[in-house]
Amino acid sequence: MKTCLVVDDSKVIRKVARHILETLNFKVSEAGDGREALDSCLESTPDVVLLDWNMPVMSGMDFLRALRDTTLDRRPKVVFCTTENGMAHIRAAIEAGADEYVMKPFDRETLESKLQIVGMA
Amino acid sequence: MHQPIPQPSRSLAVLAALLETRTGQQIGTERAWRVETALKPVIRDRGLETLDQLVAEAACQPEVATIVVNALLNHESSFFRDAPVFDIVTEAARDMQAQIGTRRLRVWSAGCSMGQEPLSLAMCFAESYKDHLADLPEIIATDVSDSALNRARSGRFTQFEIQRGLSVRRMIEWFDSTGPDWTAKHALLRNIQFRRMNLVADPLPGGRFDIVMCRNVLLYLAPKVRRKVLDRIAGAIRPGGLLVLGAGETVIGQSDRFRPSGKYRGLYTLDGEIAESVPSA
Ligand SMILES: C[S@@+](CC[C@H](N)C(=O)[O-])C[C@H]1O[C@@H](n2cnc3c(N)ncnc32)[C@H](O)[C@@H]1O
Repeated sequence: MKTCLVVDDSKVIRKVARHILETLNFKVSEAGDGREALDSCLESTPDVVLLDWNMPVMSGMDFLRALRDTTLDRRPKVVFCTTENGMAHIRAAIEAGADEYVMKPFDRETLESKLQIVGMA
Repeated sequence: MHQPIPQPSRSLAVLAALLETRTGQQIGTERAWRVETALKPVIRDRGLETLDQLVAEAACQPEVATIVVNALLNHESSFFRDAPVFDIVTEAARDMQAQIGTRRLRVWSAGCSMGQEPLSLAMCFAESYKDHLADLPEIIATDVSDSALNRARSGRFTQFEIQRGLSVRRMIEWFDSTGPDWTAKHALLRNIQFRRMNLVADPLPGGRFDIVMCRNVLLYLAPKVRRKVLDRIAGAIRPGGLLVLGAGETVIGQSDRFRPSGKYRGLYTLDGEIAESVPSA
């Protein structure tokens, strides 16, 4: 079973994403900001991180940079999932090493499609 | 003791006949529920109240009949649908191009819906022909539905549509962000010619094609009509050319003109013997 860490400061979004991911056969864990997400990754690296951009404590972008600097022996696929839908944000995310990008609002099909593209569904 | 049996709606029968006459597509009883859902917006737009009223309008106004047909067709599609097929087609195109030299390859997307299929092909070719863009294959994309074709020609997709099947890298390389939508760049669209065409009855595009994609179109045709369309498509492919069907579709038992291509998984080759008797383009 593949594992996915859902990182979002909105409990509602985490719940929706969890529900969809579970129907796609993922084992899901959650984090409410980038800092929590980083701790979680260091403890046990998931296969995929579904990552919000704007969060308190540590943003998605800062998480991604920090993740790159860790010495994890396995790098998770990182899929941004955010309302930042402009070209500049998307480019910045890719440059920082994101594998895919979901523009909110999302549905099951979008999430499944993007996970397929990164080879995870 | 008599339960009132719901009248098998006459309107439904009229609509099914209209759709089949215009496109060959059949509405099985198991999909009859879709009719009302699909036509609800049309009924509302025309200020009507019931399906029967719409059917009456369609009977005497051809342009209303066309709107009804467009609404009844299933336009479901996505970018890179059944993604591995696009790698195989790109590889086949590369091999064919090496064989035929400088002539431009001709590729036909038959039943192109809103354009996701021909645009996916155009992206694959643009990437694979990077160093000799002048030789890019010619893509003809046809559909029976004007509403789908108008969408396809515009190259515009909603945020939901653009995220189905398309990687974010390709999205930002080949599309512009236009308000809430995303629009295909001219560099991509200009390689595609869109035309309205009913595969069952209209004259097919002239000349012969190297590759024909006809996916998820023949599914709901009556077997006899499907055979006829496959024969017509066979007549539009050059000897040694390839046919690509949808993931759940096959020519086996439907046409004797094609055989599975040994080399390209899931694709069909126009059968050799018949091919010999066909003058090449
Ligand atoms: C389900 S979509 C498939 C689109 C695309 N080929 C794909 O696989 O994603 C089927 C398309 O075939 C078109 N179609 C149905 N009957 C047709 C006919 N007789 N001639 C041409 N196109 C037809 C419909 O309008 C619709 O856009």
